[in-house]
Amino acid sequence: MRRKTGWRLGLTLFILGLSIFLAYPPREKIKLGLDLKGGIHLVLKVITDDAINIETDQEIARLQEELKKKEIEFTSIKKEKIGKILIEGIKSEQEGKIRDLLDDLFGEWNFSIRGDKVSLTMKASVASYLRDQAVKQAIETIRNRVDQFGVAEPVIQRQGMGGDRILVQLPGVEDPERVKNIIKTTALLELKLVEAGPAPDKETLLKDYGGKVPDQMEIVKGDPKRTPGGYYLVHKVAVITGKDLKNARRSVDEWNNPDVVFTMTSSGAKRFEKATSENIGRLLAIVLDGKVQSAPVIRERIASDSASIQGNFTVEQAEDLALVLRAGALPASIKYLEERTIGPSLGADSIRKGLTATIIALILVMFFMVFYYKLSGINSVVALILNMIILAGALAYFKATLTLPGIAGIILTIGMSVDANVLVFERIREDLRLGKTVRAAIASGFSKAFRTILDANVTTIIAAIFLFQFGTGPVKGFAVTLIIGISASMFTAVFVSRLIFDIVLAKRRKVEKLSI
Amino acid sequence: MRLFKEPKIQFLKYKYFAFLLSGFIITSGIVSIVQKKGLNFGVDFAGGTLIRIKFEQPTPIDKIRGALKNVGLGQSRIQEVGHEKKEYLIRTITLKEKEELEAHEIMGRKIVDALKKHEELGRFEILSKETVGPAVGHDLRKKATQATIWALIGMLIYIALRFQISYGIAAILTLTHDVLITTSILSLTNREINLPVIAAILTIVGYSLNDTIVIFDRVRDNLKISRKRSFEEILNDSINQTLSRTIVTSFTTLLTVLALYFLGGEVINDFAFTMMVGVISGTYSTIYQSCPVVLAWHNIFKKRKK
Repeated sequence: MRRKTGWRLGLTLFILGLSIFLAYPPREKIKLGLDLKGGIHLVLKVITDDAINIETDQEIARLQEELKKKEIEFTSIKKEKIGKILIEGIKSEQEGKIRDLLDDLFGEWNFSIRGDKVSLTMKASVASYLRDQAVKQAIETIRNRVDQFGVAEPVIQRQGMGGDRILVQLPGVEDPERVKNIIKTTALLELKLVEAGPAPDKETLLKDYGGKVPDQMEIVKGDPKRTPGGYYLVHKVAVITGKDLKNARRSVDEWNNPDVVFTMTSSGAKRFEKATSENIGRLLAIVLDGKVQSAPVIRERIASDSASIQGNFTVEQAEDLALVLRAGALPASIKYLEERTIGPSLGADSIRKGLTATIIALILVMFFMVFYYKLSGINSVVALILNMIILAGALAYFKATLTLPGIAGIILTIGMSVDANVLVFERIREDLRLGKTVRAAIASGFSKAFRTILDANVTTIIAAIFLFQFGTGPVKGFAVTLIIGISASMFTAVFVSRLIFDIVLAKRRKVEKLSI
Repeated sequence: MRLFKEPKIQFLKYKYFAFLLSGFIITSGIVSIVQKKGLNFGVDFAGGTLIRIKFEQPTPIDKIRGALKNVGLGQSRIQEVGHEKKEYLIRTITLKEKEELEAHEIMGRKIVDALKKHEELGRFEILSKETVGPAVGHDLRKKATQATIWALIGMLIYIALRFQISYGIAAILTLTHDVLITTSILSLTNREINLPVIAAILTIVGYSLNDTIVIFDRVRDNLKISRKRSFEEILNDSINQTLSRTIVTSFTTLLTVLALYFLGGEVINDFAFTMMVGVISGTYSTIYQSCPVVLAWHNIFKKRKK
């Protein structure tokens, strides 16, 4: 009985051609992981509590205003903890009024009234929405900054579903410290009126205020890198913030020192003009991430829409500050959880060694197969080479990243994928020994071995899938190559290998011996 | 060429000796783990900073340690890479769980600064620097354990569906055996457990099962054909019939793992070593652990039914 080979040969050649098309040239088509091309890998955590905290503060301000508007009396209003506000000293006859107000305008909060106290708790759904938004905004901001810094093919993505972690991968960055600082800076710019200071310590600063921070005021520290240091008492509400910025760029001041010039939006410029005209002679603190950068004296009403931040900047620092101001502030602070810097030379070394190991492994296995199974061994060699080509094509098609463990996965695939050939060949040998004809032995060998091959490979793939699920970067790469490699081996070792036997045997009328 | 001409080795005769051998390795492994106060986790899991540097000139390890001692970091682990006395791995001592990433990072920077200050060490290049905070390490450990357990459960289910539950349990015991043997040897040889090593262990789980299934498959076939022989004889026959395949596949896999071990470079060396142990253990355990377990199950449960 002859089996038709036409369509099977066609399919095999099609897959071969497709794989080559997808993977060629490999240098461009196959994406390399950071461990092979060098770069930085960062995992950072967005402190989403910050976003809740800011929202709580803003709501307190709004609540205060609304209470005043509705003429509801109270003795104090304060943040109990993040997401929790406590109003004290309300009058029982005004309880209804408060209920109405909170129901109408503060729907994001659950509230309870007990005696003269009202406590508000942020609704869980609102809190989780804010946290989610904070992470999304952080990703946007970081992407903006990275783009402006000019990194090719950065990866910036959320890690896991709805988590507070962000994965940042920047290939080929030479100065990791600088990039890390650019990413980490919150870049929250605030221009605030100075009430008192600078003073060397808090006690001196608050001497005139009875040792207590007055309402609507706060203490900020001078940035030791830019100012002589000390403490400032400033208004809580900023004149303008980073949101009012239109642009920022590096420039030089009148003494030719690097500084950062920023321009404001028209509404920002208006507020700036009003504030400067009303406060001539006082200090205006330029606060970046809670630290005073400089506090120049307001000499006159400023009607211009631009101003500058001065300090002991280097050119690079001024450049970076302008960049983060342009890209916008982070909605919450971030913390690094993991950072890996891989130099380009190590990556190149890994590629070279990985390739050598792969080629040697291929040669050893091929040599052994031909040695052990003679001409049939060549069959498995063809299957193996085809397997490697399909693997490359699939890697390119799925845009999977090739990592060093991924190369290890390929090498393992070489060893493990000949298993399918071995299973088939051993079965054929057995059947030949039992006295079956060559054609019958081949047919029964393939059909008997197929179930075993399937069962055996499925379990390896199960292991690889769990590995993929749990794995981070490099390990994921390993799982991917293993899954693809083993799947491809089932095709090459069963389908293609059978095809080769059929083609070779088709030419001969009578086959008495098989070189196996 | 054929390795074995009709092999008729009475494998199952030696099962008690095999149990003893495995028991011995695992026991000494556990003793070693207890003695060393737990497994030797790499920075991936334990957190910390790992710096890989390459000096332009050969630099003895004592000089590096000396330079670090001056800044109070003499406890750092320094390991030579290759044999040229140029490339080294420096790992900061593990800080307490609670310490933040910043603390690790500062230590890493201190090490680099200290080495730069000692000019007699000459110029060097930082090949890589990895800092993992405790939160990530803790997460990874949890995930790795989960992945391993779920993979085992997934396989148990697959085998139970395709074969019988007794085969599934035997397979899982075999895999647990392989994981224990590998971990024991890792502890005995002072190797670090990092992410690639976990990947290797999971691969071994898949690989070892591969072997086991091939034999079980044969047992299933043989049970249909010859009903007269005892179960133990059928098991033994099946092992013998699949023996050349077992040896050939293990050999080709071992060949590739050896290529990886000797040529793949230092970064992947722990992975290759783990795979090497696993391939050997996986082959041995298929014959000497999974089959005896199936036999024992058969003797206990099937006999009672009669």
